[in-house]
Amino acid sequence: MTENPGAPVLDLPAAEPAGDRRMILNMGPQHPATHGVLRLIVELDGEVIVSVQPEIGYLHTGIEKTCEAKFYQQVVPLTDRVNYLDPLSNNLCYCLAVEKLLGLEIPDRAQWIRVLLTELSRLNSHLIWLGTHAMDIGALTVFLYTFREREEILRLFEAVAGQRMMTSYFRIGGLSMEPPLDWLDRVQHFITTFPEKIDEYSNLLTGNPIFMNRLKGVGYLSPEDAIALGVTGPPLRASGVDIDLRRDMPYSSYEKFQFNVPTSTVGDTWARYVVRLVEMRESTKIVQQALDGMPGGPVKANAPKIVLPDREKMKTEMEALIHHFKIVTEGFNVPAGEVYQGMECGHGQMGYYVVSDGTSKPYRVHMRYPSFATLQAIETMCKGRLIADLVAVIGSIDIVLGEIDR
Amino acid sequence: MTSQPPTLAGKQAVLEGLPDHPAVKALEASEIGAWNPQAFTDAKFDFGELTLTIAADGIRAACVVVQKAGYNFFEDMTAVDWFPASPRFQLSYHILSHAFKGRIRLRVMLDEADPTVDSIVPVWAGANYYEREVFDLFGIRFSGHPDLRRIMMPDDWQGHPLRKDYPVEGYR
Repeated sequence: MTENPGAPVLDLPAAEPAGDRRMILNMGPQHPATHGVLRLIVELDGEVIVSVQPEIGYLHTGIEKTCEAKFYQQVVPLTDRVNYLDPLSNNLCYCLAVEKLLGLEIPDRAQWIRVLLTELSRLNSHLIWLGTHAMDIGALTVFLYTFREREEILRLFEAVAGQRMMTSYFRIGGLSMEPPLDWLDRVQHFITTFPEKIDEYSNLLTGNPIFMNRLKGVGYLSPEDAIALGVTGPPLRASGVDIDLRRDMPYSSYEKFQFNVPTSTVGDTWARYVVRLVEMRESTKIVQQALDGMPGGPVKANAPKIVLPDREKMKTEMEALIHHFKIVTEGFNVPAGEVYQGMECGHGQMGYYVVSDGTSKPYRVHMRYPSFATLQAIETMCKGRLIADLVAVIGSIDIVLGEIDR
Repeated sequence: MTSQPPTLAGKQAVLEGLPDHPAVKALEASEIGAWNPQAFTDAKFDFGELTLTIAADGIRAACVVVQKAGYNFFEDMTAVDWFPASPRFQLSYHILSHAFKGRIRLRVMLDEADPTVDSIVPVWAGANYYEREVFDLFGIRFSGHPDLRRIMMPDDWQGHPLRKDYPVEGYR
């Protein structure tokens, strides 16, 4: 090609003073250590981080807008897709919010199975965090170990919901159906063997000098900063703020379960690791209590105009058939009003804000997801540290881009 | 089958029904900094949740007051578009108290003509992304925000997708 004489000569700025070693580094959106399509614009002075600017929105699908065009019951499958690593917590939070608007009373058995499954879902979320966090640091083996147990949990989900990841098992008014006959025994088998698996992970990592050196003292977050920046869940508790909505503002009969809320006052990446590891043991306890005290009875509320009837009833009862037809084609009207339902999911405090105008479609559904707020703290944690620490910090705050971008 | 907790509608009913509620008491009585109790215009208690309506120019001062009253944690903030009603926009701030284990909702109504409100980032830095999100998806501006840019949509996007007059399928 010949040179184009008409092309404008670029007006390059004068060279920076030689003493300034600052560099802008673009990390992501497809960097393997950013857990999805997170893009970080990092300003560096040598290897030291001057500022971190997250750029998000690559996974924005407008789920909140889509919800406004669906019937209330059709929103449940959308919620799975927001945080795909902790699907049942999403289902639960949305269902609780709509049930609050409807004033529905949920049978005990449904509530206990909800607690049981939400805790398994939390274990699922924590296992993925542990595997990927350790992999980011360089301990590849742990990933294979945690995904072995995650597979077990996904099989349990599949048995009740027919789906491994997008469960949609909780419905407005209860559960979609009674779990299969031997399912509780399978959960019992899993939960009996699980504590020794946690020991295995702990043996691989807790005493590992490389892992400790990479984590200890890295990414410090003070309790004041954590509260100001809206950080919740394990990172908040690792900074010494003792708050867990399961214990402090119980929902779905969590008040009937005994468990400890692990906290730490150290506030670094290591503390967040320890807090989550202990949380996994506490979740195991909750699942065991749910299995021991599992009440009998129905798994759906007695509200024929809201809850779909059983298949058998539809074949014999005219009323049931009419209700089924009405719910599926027209939905059900929800009293006008606004509610906010908060809960503690694997990553922190989740919240659903549902506004109803009295029709069968939600007027507005807003989702508060913990990762969105926690991401704001990344600069506070990394400023003045080495760029290698950034990878450890991203792993330790346990973000899912699906719930940040929605 | 169904049961609902009692409802209190209107500011007077809330003042009588929940006289000892720390946030209500603080907003009604105190004159901390720039706060003027006149800006506390309405209240309701329904579905077990307390909603306090604040005049648009008083939201930052109101946040300072409830923060001092023990509502220390900014949890969530979003908008609702009541198109074609007027005032068109509603802002809902959800503030949690670690001490009282309770939550309040601060509500601000905004006109369509000039949807601008004071940013609460000086009170809670964590409101930064939430205000950017509302700016991006609703087109409400926050004065005093340190970095008011689009957050979800591309920078050159036309329109605000969560407004009710924006089609669900988008413009094609």
